[in-house]
Amino acid sequence: MTASIIGTSVRRKEDHRFITGQGRYTDDINRPGQAHAYFLRSPHAHAKIKSIDTAAAKAAKGVVGIFTGADIAADKLGPLTCGWMVTSKDGSPMKMGAHPVLAGDRVRYVGDHIAIVIAETHAQAKDAAELIAVDYEELPAVVDPAHAADAGAAQLHPEAPRNTIYQWELGNKPETEAAFKKAATKVSLNLTNNRLIPNAMEPRAAIGEYDDGTGGYTLYVTSQNPHVARLVISAFIGLAPEHKLRVVAPDVGGGFGSKIFIYAEEVVCTWAAKKVKRPVKWAAERSESFLSDAHGRDHITHAELALDADARILGLHVKTTANLGAYMSTFSSSVPTYLYGTLLSGQYNIPAIHVEVDAVYTNTAPVDAYRGAGRPEATFVIERIVEEAARQLKLDPVEFRRKNFVRTFPHQTPVIMAYDIGDYDASLDAAMKLANAKDFPARRAEAKARGKLRGLGYSTYIEACGLAPSAAVGSLGAGVGLWESAEVRVTPTGSVEVFTGAHSHGQGHETTFAQVVAGRLGIPLENVEIIHGDTNSVQFGMGTYGSRAAVGLTAVSRALDKIEAKAKKIAAHVLEASAADIVFENGEFKVAGTDRKLAFHEVALNAYVAHKFPTSEIEPGLKEGAFHDPTNFTFPAGCHICEVEIDPETGVTKVVNFTAVDDFGNVINPMVVEGQVHGGVAQGIGQALLEHGVYDKESGQLITGSYMDYTMPRADDLPTYKLGFTVTPCPSNPLGMKGCGEAGAIASPAAVINAVTDALGVKEFDMPATPQRVWATINRNRAAAE
Amino acid sequence: MPSVAMTVNGKAVSGEVETRTLLVHFLRENLRLTGTHVGCDTSQCGACVVHVNGKAVKSCTMLAVQAEGAQVTTVEGLTQDGKLHPVQAAFKEHHGLQCGFCTPGMIMTAVDMIRRIPDLDEKTIRAELEGNLCRCTGYQNIVKAIEAASKEMKGARA
Ligand code: FES
Ligand code: FES
Repeated sequence: MTASIIGTSVRRKEDHRFITGQGRYTDDINRPGQAHAYFLRSPHAHAKIKSIDTAAAKAAKGVVGIFTGADIAADKLGPLTCGWMVTSKDGSPMKMGAHPVLAGDRVRYVGDHIAIVIAETHAQAKDAAELIAVDYEELPAVVDPAHAADAGAAQLHPEAPRNTIYQWELGNKPETEAAFKKAATKVSLNLTNNRLIPNAMEPRAAIGEYDDGTGGYTLYVTSQNPHVARLVISAFIGLAPEHKLRVVAPDVGGGFGSKIFIYAEEVVCTWAAKKVKRPVKWAAERSESFLSDAHGRDHITHAELALDADARILGLHVKTTANLGAYMSTFSSSVPTYLYGTLLSGQYNIPAIHVEVDAVYTNTAPVDAYRGAGRPEATFVIERIVEEAARQLKLDPVEFRRKNFVRTFPHQTPVIMAYDIGDYDASLDAAMKLANAKDFPARRAEAKARGKLRGLGYSTYIEACGLAPSAAVGSLGAGVGLWESAEVRVTPTGSVEVFTGAHSHGQGHETTFAQVVAGRLGIPLENVEIIHGDTNSVQFGMGTYGSRAAVGLTAVSRALDKIEAKAKKIAAHVLEASAADIVFENGEFKVAGTDRKLAFHEVALNAYVAHKFPTSEIEPGLKEGAFHDPTNFTFPAGCHICEVEIDPETGVTKVVNFTAVDDFGNVINPMVVEGQVHGGVAQGIGQALLEHGVYDKESGQLITGSYMDYTMPRADDLPTYKLGFTVTPCPSNPLGMKGCGEAGAIASPAAVINAVTDALGVKEFDMPATPQRVWATINRNRAAAE
Repeated sequence: MPSVAMTVNGKAVSGEVETRTLLVHFLRENLRLTGTHVGCDTSQCGACVVHVNGKAVKSCTMLAVQAEGAQVTTVEGLTQDGKLHPVQAAFKEHHGLQCGFCTPGMIMTAVDMIRRIPDLDEKTIRAELEGNLCRCTGYQNIVKAIEAASKEMKGARA
């Protein structure tokens, strides 16, 4: 096997266990002597807790223990925290209210955790929870983010007057104002980015365990980043020293961001395990996931674009209110700021940008990163307003975009990012061809003859991933670095174990990482094992999110550099040649210009038997590690084109064609990459047409709390996508990769809504474009026309 | 507690359950067949699909005691003599899974679908997947896998 395995659609190594029912997810694990936990949650959006009486519940059948916020406070267990400091424009630090792992004297959203009930069975724990008497004093709830900062609105946290966490800005205000002063045309648009509920198919789960003999805790948890969980639970919450806490994230059934965060339940189960001297297991029911997983998006935005007489963009001003929910989740502050404002330049030359973001508390579930995190919101703003500008100027949206594309690289935007490489015309051209955009007018006419409305929408997007250069994110307020680690261990028989800090929860790392190793070392794929997800095996890592597997893979690649260098030295001794004369090709170490050679496994064996080289100069063994800190973000970009057909009688919108052409740089496994695009686009179409997390404006009850009310995209809601790829290899990593996990969700909502507004002939349309909303719009327009 | 007896993947099994115990919990907890998953509490995700007396059933929608005497097949029972069922093989070949959580339910639904409907086209497959949610794949490769398995099994029967 040679390097050619990189870039091929190798079938996945991990599939066998999943298709045969042998996956091992957290809820599949049972620990000896384990008891079951159920969390009593607040039924009110906002209330004072006057008292909690657990006596009857404690006496119920099977109950092992019940703990409340008072027990947490007595043990001085710290609150959950947000690890990214954002500073307001007036220089003040963000205003964070405490988020205790079990509520103190107040609850702030429906689903807020009040008590853990531990019993012999899950059913008994749930039954007993019903017997807990909580005396609440209900308080008025703040639900609508647009009014959270109003004078007279109820206050959630004393630390944050007017429920305002920060008022952040980025870009250049005077220059942007000047751009608007000299503008020939101004375009303005109101946008909402609807609240989404992530809904990974595996609900969250945790098993906490305490070993009295060693004083060590173990937590099995549905996490995208077990090392970060360990760090936070140890350093910030103070449950145990880091070396006395092992965190295992076994198979994880999807994350999409929602399993990045450190949640109360996993902390409380681990803490309680010591209290009850038994392992404590909790698995969320789907209704709990709806209530208590961190939600996504939820922005209200007003955007304005300034244009000169030649339709060139002069400036962009964006004002956004971001709803962060009742508490600040682990990375919530960064999502509507550094992951959002920095992407507002899109693929365009925009000389001046000013973005202002107010983040507010409301009595709703915490909001944090969800697939794309900030970048879908940014793309929605820029791609909607660019489309609207073209319409207002009566220009072809494609020509308008081309007029404003960035074409020289590197390109410094006014909002931090330095785009390293790209070819936006190439992906636009390829997408138009694949979508047969040229014949769209004929298709529209044909649909019209059938009484249907067709629309075409573009989204030429860019995103920043490969999170992230540590110094850069540090200067922006991140509490951690975002490098990645890898350790490559070669066994004496020449097979390879790779320990990575990245985590796989559907991305296929066990295959793609192995492809890189097998290709590089010229050994069979079967001889490579990828090990991840356990703090006991992997030293440290930052996990997987933000399409950052490229960072993990570069770390692997760097460790392989070191392996190769050492192996060459060993081979030189064994072959009695100079190390400088050793070449490594196709899995063999050769003395250049001779037929003397050693296979990779022979060198591995020599490394361990250590008979043929001076161990005073070369240490025995073959194991190397690397920490890779990227030098820049990576900038995947591309063009998505959506074609919809609307039935004016029912308001049903069907996506009839969806084309995605993406530039992810070099690709390790096209099959896996296509799968990532399919899934991302499905979530984006879901956001645009179907999904909406809705709270009752008065009571703060979650109205969309189950699959009966929250519309998940199903197979017959979606088309078969047409995919294409263009390639500009990324210059900032040796593999030339950019990352592919989020592009689908980032690009597609704008394409869909641009198509819907095109079909309906309206300027603004709030997601999701449900049949009811579409039908109402059509009828309002009809009535207005009559 | 009532006891219940049934045949699961060809083996006679029995156990004590609460009356309210769902079939899925009996399979997962009593028999430790954890391939069958629970993804919701409103019978809408299909992660729990198994076959009961030859029909696809959401095992979260049935009490264990209702399966008394039944023939139950779970995803663990599909592989015969170490050989993957054609639907399992097709899911791998066509990348019909990512995180794998919906996969056992998808596969059991697909096997049932192929058995019931001789000529499966894309539209029918998408409609038939009404009861199964996947958050990872966007369904495209699941549809492709089922179409391919259906063709292959038809070829094998002919
Ligand atoms: S668990 Fe049975 S349908 Fe969701
Ligand atoms: S593969 Fe993850 S839910 Fe379907």
